[in-house]
Amino acid sequence: MQMHSLAFDVSHTLAGGLVLISFMMLYQDRLYSLLNVFALHAVVLSLSVAWQAFVQDAPHLYITAIIALVFKAIVIPVALHRIVKQLGIHRDIEAAVGIGPTMLAGMALVALSMVLMLRVTADADPLAREDLAFALSVVLLGLLVMVTRRNAVSQVVGFMSLENGLVLAATGAKGMPLVVEISVAFSILIAFIVIGIFLFRIRERFDSVDVSALDDFRGERR
Amino acid sequence: MSAHSFDAVAAVLLIPIGSAALLAALPGYRLTARLNVVASLATFLAALSVFVIDRPPPGPYMLIDDLNIVFIVLNTFVGFTTSIFSASYIAHELETGRLTPVYLRFYHAMYQTMMFGMNLAFVSNNIGLMWVAVELATLTTVLMVGIYRTHAALEAAWKYFILGSVGIAFALFGTILVYMAARPVVGEGQDGMIWTLLIEHAARFDPALLNVAFIFLFLGYGTKVGLAPLHAWLPDAHAEGPTPISAVLSGLLLNVALYALLRFKILMAANPAAIAPGPLMVTMGLVSLVFAAFMLYRRRDIKRLFAYSSIEHMGIIVFAFGMGGPLANFAGLLHMVMHSLTKSAIFYAVGHISQIKGTQRINRIRGLTVTHPALGWGFVVGVVAIAGLPPLGIFMSEFLVVSSTFARQPLLAIVLVFGLLLAFGALTLRLTSVAFGEPRGSKASADASYVPMFAHLALVLGAGIYLPPPLVTWFQHVARLLG
Repeated sequence: MQMHSLAFDVSHTLAGGLVLISFMMLYQDRLYSLLNVFALHAVVLSLSVAWQAFVQDAPHLYITAIIALVFKAIVIPVALHRIVKQLGIHRDIEAAVGIGPTMLAGMALVALSMVLMLRVTADADPLAREDLAFALSVVLLGLLVMVTRRNAVSQVVGFMSLENGLVLAATGAKGMPLVVEISVAFSILIAFIVIGIFLFRIRERFDSVDVSALDDFRGERR
Repeated sequence: MSAHSFDAVAAVLLIPIGSAALLAALPGYRLTARLNVVASLATFLAALSVFVIDRPPPGPYMLIDDLNIVFIVLNTFVGFTTSIFSASYIAHELETGRLTPVYLRFYHAMYQTMMFGMNLAFVSNNIGLMWVAVELATLTTVLMVGIYRTHAALEAAWKYFILGSVGIAFALFGTILVYMAARPVVGEGQDGMIWTLLIEHAARFDPALLNVAFIFLFLGYGTKVGLAPLHAWLPDAHAEGPTPISAVLSGLLLNVALYALLRFKILMAANPAAIAPGPLMVTMGLVSLVFAAFMLYRRRDIKRLFAYSSIEHMGIIVFAFGMGGPLANFAGLLHMVMHSLTKSAIFYAVGHISQIKGTQRINRIRGLTVTHPALGWGFVVGVVAIAGLPPLGIFMSEFLVVSSTFARQPLLAIVLVFGLLLAFGALTLRLTSVAFGEPRGSKASADASYVPMFAHLALVLGAGIYLPPPLVTWFQHVARLLG
């Protein structure tokens, strides 16, 4: 019983920590600091996955933890640092929406996911239940980062934090098959995105907010 | 016997992936384009062989049942005809220098990898594996949309990538929730993801968890079906990529996502306490139909026009499946097949048209029936078919959707008919300007293969006049499966 409650407390702390770090991402207005916070996010995720591997006695989850640590906490942030430097966008302040409204929206999303998940999973075991609620919060906050940023690099960071939430949910679901395969598939997907940014030097979704440029892009100018 | 039939499933998967590796390694356009056609034909024949040999019993990963055979045969057939069209289309792109030989190798390898991903999504019995397969198919099409590396193509690929990734993330979250709902009943581990086991025990799943799961799955896979308001990636991806890819995107990839949705719809229907997915699908379907019908009027780019028309038709199909019942499901299934055939035929025509005229702008293309009779009239028949005029197949399926809706929900039927008429008006408006009148633009003769286009149109016309009874019985059976 003692062991069980320790297992519960540690995974609860780590999952809650992920939500907190997701919030930290919302108010970073420099790309470098955003990347640093994301690296921290990945480290906490890898700790959380490793803890689940230990608690559930599922050694294959250690692979997912190592992928999270090596790939997402080290390789990708370093690569993105270099890209930001090469594109010369490290001084950009690029939030499309102000910090205040973003934080409020973030709180609303977390409240929403808590209410939703805790209510529908009333019968599930408490560990999986809270894990799922935290995971949905991380997913929605990642989505919020993607929506409130215009820069391609920070959109990718938002997507990766969203994906961290999915890994959290998948490892929290005890005995779920294919978790390792799915985390590998996601890593490949992210590697493709990062290579894409690097090769094609995508800075923003649209280079200009000029509507006529948009019309031109859609091929709709007469 | 089961050993033989396992070969059919394996062949449908191994031929594409094997030839993808081969095509990536081989140089030379003539050889690789032919090899692409041969591989696609072999895959199609392997898919057909399921009809003559015994089916394997559902395994932990693979499943062949009456529902997915329809999808697999349609998928491999359109994949095969598109590879023929692609051969003549790509030859022209090489001449004009829009594609280099290296990119061509990449293109062919990706084409076969995409076929592999789509076939895997259809035959997988494991909802996790199905998710991975849909992701693979999406990723390959993203790479092909951006293959011209123009500014617009990269923007389109990027938008497709980001929106598609968010969709795929939601779908995964929904998949995890389905597993969570299944775990207490089916047990831990792999069994909790096997569709045939899930469907057996679905009645005892926690309905609340299943409801939330379906919302996520619907948003996730719905993004890929191109339902409004989640459709934003679709027109760009269709307009900026090579036209063979537009044809398979419209004709096939949308069906893959639709298939995933249908599987989960059946799962929801097996649990009496869960919400009925019907109203959600009906609403999104109607919104997509009416929205896309209005958007058709403002299009100036010919590929974008037909991309919106795809949103419109996917709306009709999702609406029909959302209505449910034997007749509406039958109509939805028929409409899906007819739309795949017609829309890819139209894209074959559009591909040649835009190559001859050197533009995709509608107002620079005029009088096609005068300068290029075969191409022009083929295009006219295709657009007449997609607009839903008799005696072509789409008229029949649309008529079935409308009449079955009138019998049950007259108000919804009025909205449906309004959307259909609106789209019809837009398409005839554009058709008259492109096909008739004083010719404009280049009159160079087309170095094209018309066989795939006319083969599709003949099938659509044939289905509109006479549906063979075995096919009708088959579709009726599948319609009952869909609930």
